[in-house]
Order: sequence, then C-alpha cells, then structure tokens
Amino acid sequence: MDDGTSSRRQFVIGSATGLSAVWLQLHWPAILAAEAHAEQAAKLEQATFGFFTKEQALAVEAVAAQIIPSNGSPGASEAQVVHFIDRALISFDRDKQKTYTQGLAALQNKVSELFAGFSRFVDLNSQQQIHLLATIESTEFFEWIRVHTIMGFLAKPSYGGNQNQVGWEAIGFEDRMTYAPPFGYYDGESRKGQP
Amino acid sequence: MRVRYADKTSVDFVVVGGGGAGAIVAKELATAGFQVVILEQGPYLHEKDFEHDELKFKDIWEPPGTIGQEALTNDHSLQPNTYRKTADEKAVPATFVQYGRCIGGGTVHFTGNYWRFHEIDFHERSHWGEVPGAALADWPITYQELEPYYTKAEWELGVSGLAGASPFDPPRSKPYPLPPMPVKSSGTLLDRGARKLGWHSYPAPLAILSQPYQGRAACAHCGFCEQFGCEWGAKSSSLATVIPLAEKTGRCEIRPNSYVRKVSTDVRGRVDGVIYFDARRKELFQRAKAVVVCCNGAETPRLLLMSKSNLFPQGLANSSGLVGKHFMVDIGSMCLGTFEQPLKEYKSVRVTRVMHDFYDSDPKRGFFGGGGIDARFEFYPISFALNGLPPGTPRWGAEFKNALMENFNRTLTLFTHQTCLPLESNTITLDPDVKDAWGLPALRVTYQSHPDDFRTMKFFSDRCMELLDAAGAKKKWALPIRDATSAGHLLGTCRMGDSTQHSVVDKYHRAHDVRNLFIVDGSSFVTSGRNQPTCTIQALAYRAADHMIRAAKRGDI
Repeated sequence: MDDGTSSRRQFVIGSATGLSAVWLQLHWPAILAAEAHAEQAAKLEQATFGFFTKEQALAVEAVAAQIIPSNGSPGASEAQVVHFIDRALISFDRDKQKTYTQGLAALQNKVSELFAGFSRFVDLNSQQQIHLLATIESTEFFEWIRVHTIMGFLAKPSYGGNQNQVGWEAIGFEDRMTYAPPFGYYDGESRKGQP
Repeated sequence: MRVRYADKTSVDFVVVGGGGAGAIVAKELATAGFQVVILEQGPYLHEKDFEHDELKFKDIWEPPGTIGQEALTNDHSLQPNTYRKTADEKAVPATFVQYGRCIGGGTVHFTGNYWRFHEIDFHERSHWGEVPGAALADWPITYQELEPYYTKAEWELGVSGLAGASPFDPPRSKPYPLPPMPVKSSGTLLDRGARKLGWHSYPAPLAILSQPYQGRAACAHCGFCEQFGCEWGAKSSSLATVIPLAEKTGRCEIRPNSYVRKVSTDVRGRVDGVIYFDARRKELFQRAKAVVVCCNGAETPRLLLMSKSNLFPQGLANSSGLVGKHFMVDIGSMCLGTFEQPLKEYKSVRVTRVMHDFYDSDPKRGFFGGGGIDARFEFYPISFALNGLPPGTPRWGAEFKNALMENFNRTLTLFTHQTCLPLESNTITLDPDVKDAWGLPALRVTYQSHPDDFRTMKFFSDRCMELLDAAGAKKKWALPIRDATSAGHLLGTCRMGDSTQHSVVDKYHRAHDVRNLFIVDGSSFVTSGRNQPTCTIQALAYRAADHMIRAAKRGDI
C-alpha cells in the first residue's frame, strides 16, 4: 500500500530468508526507523481527518517527515504533524485549503514527471523525495507545509501535533509554570554585588 | 462596587482607550472623586484568559499572514492599515501599526523594559542644534518636572531595578521599590562583553515584580512574558495594577468592546461626548463634561481626524495642522550569536541587562542619534525555528533539524532601541479608499526614517557585533539594516508644546484648541527618547491627571 508497509514486508522477507546478524546490526537503525514509519502509516490508515483524504494525509505526512526527519530522534512523524495541519486547514488557516489541494495535486504530477513508473510521493525512497522537494522549494505550497510542519512540531500538543511533546523535547524546551534561578549555564557569572 | 452610567448621564470624564496611559488617568480621576467612563475598543481580559500558547499569542513574524498575536492586539483583517514611504506614493494595504487592543493595552504584552528618559531627552534641540531634514524640538517640560511622576509610576505600578547601577542614570528622588530580577545567561554574557570593552551593562529596570508587592505575586519565571499576558499578575501592566484600583473607587466604569468613532463637539466648540460602537456594532453616544483621548500615537490622531466638523474642518484640535504629523516608531537593529553552553533563555523574563553607554548623541560619530542595547532571546520555539537560525542554515531537512536542536538553547539576541527623528512628512492620515470593518477610514501610514536614523541603526549593529565577539560567541550575525515595516511604539503625532502653531497639546496635555479635551499617550512625545516609551508615557499620564484634577477642582475645564 505505501512505502512504510513495503519496508516492513521487506524486513519480514529478509528475516525469513535468514540474512546474517551482521546485516541486521548494520541496518538495525534504518529498520527501526522504517518500523516506526510503518506504525505511523498504519495509524494514518485508521485515523480520521477533517480536511485531507487518506491519500492526501499520507503525502503530507511524508513531506513533513522530510522537512523535520526522524534522524535518530523523533521528527514530524512522531509529532503527528499531519494532524496539526489537518486541523489548521479547517480552523485558523482555512484560507490555505486551496494551496494544499492544488499543491498536493502538483506534487503528484511532479512524481511521475521526475520518476518514471511512480505516481505517489510516498512510494519514492528518501533520496528521491528530497530531490523532488528541492525542486518545489520556492512554491507557496512548500512554504506553507514547511511553516505548518514547524508549527505542528512545536505548538502546544492540544493543536494536534507535538504529540508527547516530542518537538519541545527535541529542542530542549519545557513548558512549566515556574522556574527558579539559575536558569542557564552562564548565570553564575554575574558581577559581584549584583543579582 | 461596579458602577454603570447611563449614556445620557454627562459624566465628568470619558477616557477613550484603557491602556498604559488611559487606565492611569482614569484611576487618578476616579480616586479624586470624578465620574469616569473608560471606553476601550478591545476586550476586558483577565489572567485566566492568558495561557502558554505561542500560536495564539505570539506575533510570528514570517511569513506575513501567519496567525499571530491578535488575541491581545489589533487585528488587521478587521482594521486594515495602508502604508507608503512618501506622500506622492499610493498607500498599499499593510500591517504596519500594532498596538495592544484590550484593557491594559500594550502593557499587557510588553517586555516590561522600563527606562526613564535621560535629562537630555527633553532638550536635545537646544543642546545639539538643528538636524537638517528633521523637526527636532525641545519638550515644554524638563526631566526635573517629570521626575516625581516617574517615581510615582515606579512605586505605584511596581518596578524592579537597581538605582545607581548605571553611571548614565538620570537623577532620581527614590530607589526602585523592588530589587532587580535574577540575572539570566543573556545578561551575564552582556556583562562579560561590556566589561571587556570598558562599557557598563546594568540590571534592567523592569515593570515586573521580583518580589510580592501590594498583594500581587512575584514573577514565577514561567518564560511566557513578552507578547503574552501574565498569568500570575506579576507583570505590572495597567490591567494588573491601576485598573482594579479604578474599579474599587466605585466611580470608574470600564466599558470594553466600545469603539469610539468620533469625539463630539457642541456649537461653542467644546467637547460634549463621544460617539461609539458597542460590541454589537450599535452606535451609542456617551455624554461627558470632558474627554481624554488615550488611544496611542496612531489611533489618537486617526480619531481626531475622524472627528472633523463645521467648526473643526481639519479635524478636532488640529488648527496647527500637526495632528498626525511627526510620527515616530521603534526602529532599531538586532544581532545574534551562538554560544558553547545552553543559555536556557526560554525561562523567566525577556531582559535582565541593558547598556546605555551610547545613549547620548555624539557629534563625533558624524550623525544625530543614540540608543541603548538589551540582551535577550527574542524567540519562542516556533518563531525561533522560523526566524532565529544562523544565516545559511537549510530551511528544512536533517541539517535544519540538527541546527534547531543545537541552537534553540544557545542563541542570544542583542536588541537595540534608539532615536527615531521626528519628520513632518512622517504621518498618520485617513486612507481615502480603504475602510475598516465598521466602515471607518483605515489608518494610513506615511513613513520613511531620516538618514541619520539609518546611521544610528548601523552604529548600534556594529557595537552589538563587538559585544558578541567580546562575550565569546562561537558564531555571530547581524540582521540587515532596514527601515520599519511595522511598529509597536507609536509616538509624536499630537506633539506637546507652548506654541499653538507648532504643537497640538499644551504642557499639561490639554488641546490648544479645545479646553475640555485632553490627549495623553505616546502622541504627546516631542522626540522619541530612545524608543522605550512606556515608562515616560505612564509618568506623563500621572502628571497629566494631576493637572486635570487641579483644573477641574478650580472649575477650569
């Protein structure tokens, strides 16, 4: 169905055909990432969206996952940025709906234009996806999906993204009502006699 | 205790605008026994309405159109601005003017930087002489005349600071009521840089409580401060300070969601009330014996220009033709640096150290103007990811994410506040074509900074780069010097003075043309100081109220 599922299938096939432990060790991080992605894709399959079709949601999720990748730590996928964007488009950023609808259609066209035999962004491998996104970097659609991905990664979780505060954790931010000094590494350097 | 006046009751004073100035004037007048109605176009929010929500409250700079801070400020989709550089251009839709649009006004979301003017600020024209191309003028008052009111503001509102810590501080009759806020890493790094360069950083005077004060809680260092309303009531906004006192008098009615479109005058040319829209956009008339306009340096001239009549064909209080002219804004420069260790600047207040070494103008620099520098972290998580990374950082992908993770807690901003010269050609006028959601003419900005203002920006940008070097920044960069495209400190458009030809209000904020009309806000400023105006706006408000009370008591209104 999608690249996540097919990766999982490959992994299952790989285990069954008895690939060496060395191979597994070498590829373990990538496999874990693929597994995480597969889980995410499975979640998306079951999720309900207010604006996106399932197909659109998969594409948005994949684009977001390239904007803030899960390279050794949670990224846009784990933050469930796609849900943030979906909600944004039916609430405070309703006026961006057309930008997305048209942008996603153009994205699909671009896939077949650049990669013969492919029609879906999610079916491309990571390098191909990055290559494609670089060609649409200056479009309004990309700018908004970029901004929304960042917002969805770092906004309050109640907006649908930043699930389990993974975005805040990534940058070292914590949302608390009180702190006490010292706050940062250099605080102690203050001049004598001054707080 | 809540009082409600009927529209037909001619109250003693209507105060238009319940912000940093209006709330003080209203509280002083009501305390002195007068009946007061505050008409505020924005809502009456409370601490429970504020939250840690960057999307809802923070003004995210780029890209334009991103949802922003409209929960606390003017919403340009309802109240559009238009903007042009010079009068021969056609103004285009813009989001130039930003102001607090709620009870408490800009003091609800401000940083709390609470700088007094220096003595020189009141007489730069006579001290330094004319600046070609600018309408530099002396104020009709001196620092010494205003000093007791600075002290009153600091003690009544609650300001934290350390008197005498800056060798450039003007004289003061009393220390700050509260000790300074605990220093942050941004502050110690500014200290480090300044010390190396032989300059003098010092604890920032802040209108935020470092200790409990007058029944209010001290700052809990939650970090959602500038651009947010304080959930603890620790920021000394007029909402947290004088508004409750005004209400407690039982003589001050606060009427939010009331948008004044005209100050009305009678056949004798005296003000007799104001026409306003209520929350349902129903038009109402509130009678008053006197009106105090405290809308801010952009909306005040707009209201006066909208209040034209047969007797006042150029707009109310505008026989000088100067209403709306000499518009001054918060221009400045910004430099950023990254450091080895985490600063954790997302905690506590924005600013803990400032520096006034180059506050005065100095002819040796070859231009007119001066300013101050503060150290801060000008971002929250989203705005940082969009605007705060070093130039050249990829805008997406693995490198972008890595830079974000690396720099969020290691970035420091040096932000400068400086002279903005008054120019007669920089104006607030009524747009002839564009209307707001109430059908009123949109606010039209005509603005271009004086060449010396650009030189000041460059001068301070260079000093900031030196400071970042001296503080040990691993990497540093300066944001490009550019003219204002938006402004939050709105000054100068109804300047005060002794001459009826060369100013709009007298030294007591009474309109030269209308004896029972007063104008008290940033519009009264003759010069910009160094564009940290709130402290001076509020000191002026206490002083203006004092004189209004005396005048009213002797029947001279």
